[in-house]
Amino acid sequence: MLLIKNGRVLDPASKTDAVRDILLDGETIAEIAAPGEIARANGAEIFDAFGLIVAPGFIDMHVHLREPGQENSETIATGTRAAARGGFTAVCCMPNTKPVNDNASITTFIVDRAKAHGHVRVWPIGAASVGSKGEAISDIGAMREAGIVAVSDDGKPIATAKLARQIMEYCRTLDLPVIEHAEDVSLAAGAVMREGIASTRLGLPGMPAAAESVCVARDVQLVELTGARLHIAHLSAKASLEQVRLAKKNGLCVTCEVTPHHFTLIDEDVTYDSRFKMNPPLASREDREALLAGLADGTVDAIATDHAPHEPAIKDVEFDKAPFGILGFETAIGLALEQLVHTKRIPLMRMVELFSTGPARVLGKERKLAPGEPADLTIFSLDRPWTYNVKETASKSRNSPFDGRTFKGGPIATIVAGKFAYRC
Amino acid sequence: MKSQTRRASPRVQSSANLTYRFRDLLALEPLSADELTFILDQAKPFQEIQRHPLKKLATLRGKTVVLAFFENSTRTRLSFATAASRLGADTMNLQAEASSLKKGETLLDTANNLNAMRPDCFVMRHASSGAADFVARHLEIPVVNAGDGTHEHPSQGLLDALTIRDRLGHLNNLNVTILGDIAHSRVARSNIHLLGKFGCRFTLCGPAMWVPRELEKIGPPGTPIRCVYRVEEAVEDADVIIVLRVQTERMHEPSLSQNDYILLYQLNAERMKLAKPGALILHPGPINRGIEITPEVADGPQSAVLEQVTNGVATRMAILYLLMVDATEGTHPALEGKTESKPKESAHASD
Repeated sequence: MLLIKNGRVLDPASKTDAVRDILLDGETIAEIAAPGEIARANGAEIFDAFGLIVAPGFIDMHVHLREPGQENSETIATGTRAAARGGFTAVCCMPNTKPVNDNASITTFIVDRAKAHGHVRVWPIGAASVGSKGEAISDIGAMREAGIVAVSDDGKPIATAKLARQIMEYCRTLDLPVIEHAEDVSLAAGAVMREGIASTRLGLPGMPAAAESVCVARDVQLVELTGARLHIAHLSAKASLEQVRLAKKNGLCVTCEVTPHHFTLIDEDVTYDSRFKMNPPLASREDREALLAGLADGTVDAIATDHAPHEPAIKDVEFDKAPFGILGFETAIGLALEQLVHTKRIPLMRMVELFSTGPARVLGKERKLAPGEPADLTIFSLDRPWTYNVKETASKSRNSPFDGRTFKGGPIATIVAGKFAYRC
Repeated sequence: MKSQTRRASPRVQSSANLTYRFRDLLALEPLSADELTFILDQAKPFQEIQRHPLKKLATLRGKTVVLAFFENSTRTRLSFATAASRLGADTMNLQAEASSLKKGETLLDTANNLNAMRPDCFVMRHASSGAADFVARHLEIPVVNAGDGTHEHPSQGLLDALTIRDRLGHLNNLNVTILGDIAHSRVARSNIHLLGKFGCRFTLCGPAMWVPRELEKIGPPGTPIRCVYRVEEAVEDADVIIVLRVQTERMHEPSLSQNDYILLYQLNAERMKLAKPGALILHPGPINRGIEITPEVADGPQSAVLEQVTNGVATRMAILYLLMVDATEGTHPALEGKTESKPKESAHASD
């Protein structure tokens, strides 16, 4: 048994914001009560959370663990350890592994590896099309049996409107969300950052915001046609957000996530350092303002990191030759506090929601603090100063633009199924 | 946040004879008007030397300059080679076709290998914007950007300014028109960053796909830059017209019809009449005669095309001199040409 004492418990599901003791018994929550009132806690291991926030376990619904196939950049073991250090208790790994997770045997491999070597829960996302090639529908039903929680061709969009329609229709009957990497590949062809004054100044090929929003428009209209659950991954453009907002208003099941780097950085921050290269690229100042508004007003459903490790040998090259993507786990809470909470853009409860109940809802899961629920908790500080040193990351890769950044507040302990996955 | 890239190169130190010291020459954007004037002034004695029957100095004797041209170039490579040679330096040549890049070596490995042969300066051209910046973050020796993708071509910007200053007597508040594919031109960016510091006003003209409105905001703060799409409007009242090469190899799909380009944007004698009398014509070369400019205009009295090439050598001599000569040295090498160097201060190496 583990007793988390004196923490400020924040639970969006029950709207609790109070100092509580939480008793964990085995893999589940046994009891939640006012401090000192849990009688049967005698003999339990005690974690004093005085002055800390205790929240339902955070979920990162968009990550790349690189296993199988690119183990030089990350493995399920290293990636989930980094996730735990970042305060995440569960991660959804995208299917663009080598081979692509487009059938039940790969899904099972990932699930088994995660059980054996994972530090947090791993919920795989299956490829929507075979090989994510945009031609034939993959074994979605079999993968669902094996444990996938959604489908996506992440890294690229579902290639054609017709295929997207068919996948949406199919996934509606299987009750799986379709996660879209929204991008018009012809508009984005050859681009390495967002098109704008910054790209023009740097002489780097840019993609317009419309490269994303054109695809979002296509997909929202296909949701109208099919009634599917659509989730827009790493949404970065104001025009995309406005379409999600309108779709929600019209009662469609359209959700979206925003990454910490998109709500923190903009295209003007880009230098020739490839740690500023990701897809979708850092957007305009105006887009970032829109994302901040969407995070506050409920249009955005989740914060997801798009943790995308790349080993130095392939990432530390000319900007236009470097692969897209940056690390995300370990800096997510620090950035959310810095950009959203300390600036008073959103209440702390809303931040917790964006990391826990929000993504859970998108995935059709529940996330709450109550007896009988899984003992998954994220414990973090609001004020502890710390500096991110990427050399000390648990990830196998080092591609973070936030190396050396000092934060106020961050992860203190991560509890998965009643056990410490990370303890500061 | 800002990364700690070593993009801004000036390191200002006062010394007996050099007002400014530069660690690299990666771009003109971070340089001030005073620094740019200083570099142009340094080129003057080297211009003199081009007229001497014996052109070789001993200023950089014993020094080695790497000429790493990862992208094909004839003029710029020969110009840097001549500049190094006339300063007494040796050169190490790397050309794209012969390089081990073909064998899959990364740019960083190539640079580190060349650097292991202990050269004193690394001059490089590369098809990727920011490639020189990237190499400079990893090498201790000075890096000269001889053209990086569609970003900057600082030595070209300097030699253009030198040519304009020689012909027109000054650089201040000129009306500068640039014609062609501005979006993909590293020359245009270097021109704007340099001449903009002297109050020049820019008119950029070409087909809309090549002249995005964002260009109006890339200059030094407050620089008037306007994008226009009629060549007659662009040429009117110009003091200087910089005609860019139509880069057929860089034309992005779908490519523009060459006939349309000639019809709408070619600089010809008729259109030249709209410019100020005595307006100067520059072209970074190589010229596609009869496409972006008529032979008549390219070879006419207002054209400074060959002076640009001559000034290129002097400008590059000044650049190599400033980057490699020691700050504590005595008089100017054009007058007395001996050098000795102290170890260079270590770069900040946070990357």
